[in-house]
Amino acid sequence: MQDKLSHGHMAARLSLQGVTKRFPGVLANDAVSFEIQPGEIHALLGENGAGKSTLVKMIYGIMQPDGGSMEWNGEPLKVNNPKAARQLGIGMVFQHFSLFEALSVLENIALGMDGGLSMGELEVKVREVMGAYGLMLEPSRIVSSLSVGERQRIEIVRALLLNPKLLIMDEPTSVLTPQEVTQLFGTLRQLSQEGCSILYISHKLHEIKELCDTATILRNGKVVGECNPAQETSKSMAEKMIGGSLKGISKGDGREFGDVRLKVRGLNLVKNSDFGMALKNIDFDVRQGEIFGIAGVAGNGQNELLGALSGEVRVESKAIDLHDVLIGHMGPNRRRKAGLCCVPEERHGHAAVPDFSLSDNAVLTARHRQNLVRGGMVHAGASKEFTDEVIARFGVKATGAGALAGSLSGGNLQKFIMGREILQIPEVLVVSQPTWGVDAGAAEFIHQALVDMAQAGSAIVVISQDLDELLDLCDSLAVINEGALSAPMAVKDASIDEIGLLMGGIHGEAA
Amino acid sequence: MAMFRFEKRAYPSNAMLYSTPVFAVLLTMFVGAIIFSILGYDGIGAVREIFLTPLTNSLKWQDLGVKAAPLVLIGVGLAVGYRANVWNIGAEGQFIVGALAGTGVTLVTRDMQGPWILVAMMVAGVLGGMAYAAIPALLKTKLRVNEILTSLMLTYVAIQILNYLVLGPWKDPMAFGFPQTPLFTPSQSLPTVIPGTVVHLGVPIAFAVAAILAFIMARSVFGFQVRVVGAAPDAARYGGFSSNKTIWMVLLLSGGLAGLAGILEAAGPFQQMTPGFPADYGFTAIIVAFLGRLNPLGVIFAGIVLAITFVGGDIAQTTIGLPKAATGLFQAMMLFFLLASDILIRYKLVRTASKTEKVVS
Repeated sequence: MQDKLSHGHMAARLSLQGVTKRFPGVLANDAVSFEIQPGEIHALLGENGAGKSTLVKMIYGIMQPDGGSMEWNGEPLKVNNPKAARQLGIGMVFQHFSLFEALSVLENIALGMDGGLSMGELEVKVREVMGAYGLMLEPSRIVSSLSVGERQRIEIVRALLLNPKLLIMDEPTSVLTPQEVTQLFGTLRQLSQEGCSILYISHKLHEIKELCDTATILRNGKVVGECNPAQETSKSMAEKMIGGSLKGISKGDGREFGDVRLKVRGLNLVKNSDFGMALKNIDFDVRQGEIFGIAGVAGNGQNELLGALSGEVRVESKAIDLHDVLIGHMGPNRRRKAGLCCVPEERHGHAAVPDFSLSDNAVLTARHRQNLVRGGMVHAGASKEFTDEVIARFGVKATGAGALAGSLSGGNLQKFIMGREILQIPEVLVVSQPTWGVDAGAAEFIHQALVDMAQAGSAIVVISQDLDELLDLCDSLAVINEGALSAPMAVKDASIDEIGLLMGGIHGEAA
Repeated sequence: MAMFRFEKRAYPSNAMLYSTPVFAVLLTMFVGAIIFSILGYDGIGAVREIFLTPLTNSLKWQDLGVKAAPLVLIGVGLAVGYRANVWNIGAEGQFIVGALAGTGVTLVTRDMQGPWILVAMMVAGVLGGMAYAAIPALLKTKLRVNEILTSLMLTYVAIQILNYLVLGPWKDPMAFGFPQTPLFTPSQSLPTVIPGTVVHLGVPIAFAVAAILAFIMARSVFGFQVRVVGAAPDAARYGGFSSNKTIWMVLLLSGGLAGLAGILEAAGPFQQMTPGFPADYGFTAIIVAFLGRLNPLGVIFAGIVLAITFVGGDIAQTTIGLPKAATGLFQAMMLFFLLASDILIRYKLVRTASKTEKVVS
């Protein structure tokens, strides 16, 4: 800290003045200004679509600003491409990794390097960096055998080899277990002490409070505030981020559960592609009125599980028991008629067709339960009526039932999709990532709708990578790892440490 | 210097969706006139004869109807399939096999009479086309073989089957050795619907089928299924629509309609089968489907436009001495310009600011 203050009069490491970027129909960044000091861990906080990614893409040279200027150590900065950024000492670790599955750690690092080092020299340097920052990873391992956290370490090592003066981390923790997050923070703090500035992009407030010295808050492409996260509460930062107040979900106390509505027993699925995940002997029960969470790091079988539950993939008849009817062999239509509705993770092109009107998107899944088709014909009037009801009851901002699904914002489309399924009043609802990429206001609305639905007597399964969401929402939860599901636990007795270990694949006790 | 570049539109432009087919036709006329002028023909005259004379000369209107009928009938079937991203390129083969199946009926009903014979021929034509389209459907759904390749290659097989039959078992012994089947009897031939013209019953059938399909595509669950499978296959599966079933349905539909077009053509203008029966209607209908924006009502208009080029091409051969290939050239240019100008649906042309303005920052 002392060191940082003494640099106070020096030029900032990076300074942005009025940076602006336009896309067709949107102003992604509107005159954004802020400064990052040497050694500072600076958070860029904002909701999905607030303009964080666009801004860092300009700093890293992937895009060029339409207006404004940037300075690097007091000198005017113009970054033509990422290579130029790296030469200046700007490194970036992306949210989505660009790694070749079939190559080793070292080969992947070599492919990302601009300079001409021999493999031997590179290996020595890689081991040096790994040793210095406690990023343990064997350089000869093949990437496909690595966990997501380990893959991220490759990207970090790749960035650190360039001795960066500024490291940009884009949503680095969204795929990590709590233990991996702790380890990552250790590395970042060490870098910061050595004078490397870090621009940390996230929407997770407690992480920012824990890690960052300063936070710049973006909303709709504009800077709406700068703060010291240590002096703020998560709630106060969230309110700045969304520009409104949050109520928090109200969950009735002392909730009673009824009979088991969904019973999954010995659900197995062979993997359908090299990058898919097999499901291994999954068992769980969900009772009437219960919200059951499935936690886990992305890519551990969540999509496969949703497909097997929705009927998009057929399984053995007896693997899924819906209120005493065996439905494993049924397709999506018959399962919906039997009382099981699902919402997959991907909104565009899976849960909804972007080029179709909302009314047609209602026909997609609600046509049988809501009688939207009669005699082989789509009943346009009935469909519009149901769509209007969804729009009204779920506060969907749209020009009407005829609006194209793709024209809605992420949060509004998700509200529409959730409304479409919830208003069909299924006995069991399975949702995956219900609030992924959704603004905080819409997320809260969706959470409340799920809680209300459970109270009205449905059984609900929520599959999510966001542990906070599950802990807030669920009555019980289990962890999925490598296609296997842990034993369920009551949320009130669950420890974050234990869940984290399960997410990382360490099963403490024979489940 | 002012430059232009494409900028992505926030939403696809509906205005462009419907105006690019018109652009394409106008560009074809313009470029066609230039090309044929350079080649030493009367280019403007060629465009006039091909695109305008068929419309201004009322004697040619009946020909337009007769030429448009198979194009519309095949084109609507293809358009429905293309909507579902099922690319049947082999309608020409299904057209031929449908005609052969119907001709098979004529060979066993030569001594019989009654309107039921025509009905039986049409049913056979539809079934023949369906059966031939079932081969790519089976290969696609069971073995994931690309239907573009299989359907296209089967066209050449169909031509060989036609040649074999008319040169061999089906050859008319009374035809002095010419490779052709016996002429259809009056009970096997389509009646004309407008006395004194060549407009046969197949013409109103084709337009009626297109109108019915327009209704089905817009309103029925089948139409919904086809659209959703084409627009978002994952959403279709989630919505409970099987993509394999859809592939089967649209291939059988487009094959059946091509087969129907085949037997209507055989029982109408040809009244027999000869090796000269294939006239590339099945291929030209691909242009019709795209020019009609894969919309059955659009296909009706596009079918008429392509019929104009067929009829006009024949006129230009006699009046200006244009080669027969000119018709094909104009038709191909139309598809080319249509696909090229389609970029305007998702992108718009904007004038870029000149370099000096940009350096202000």
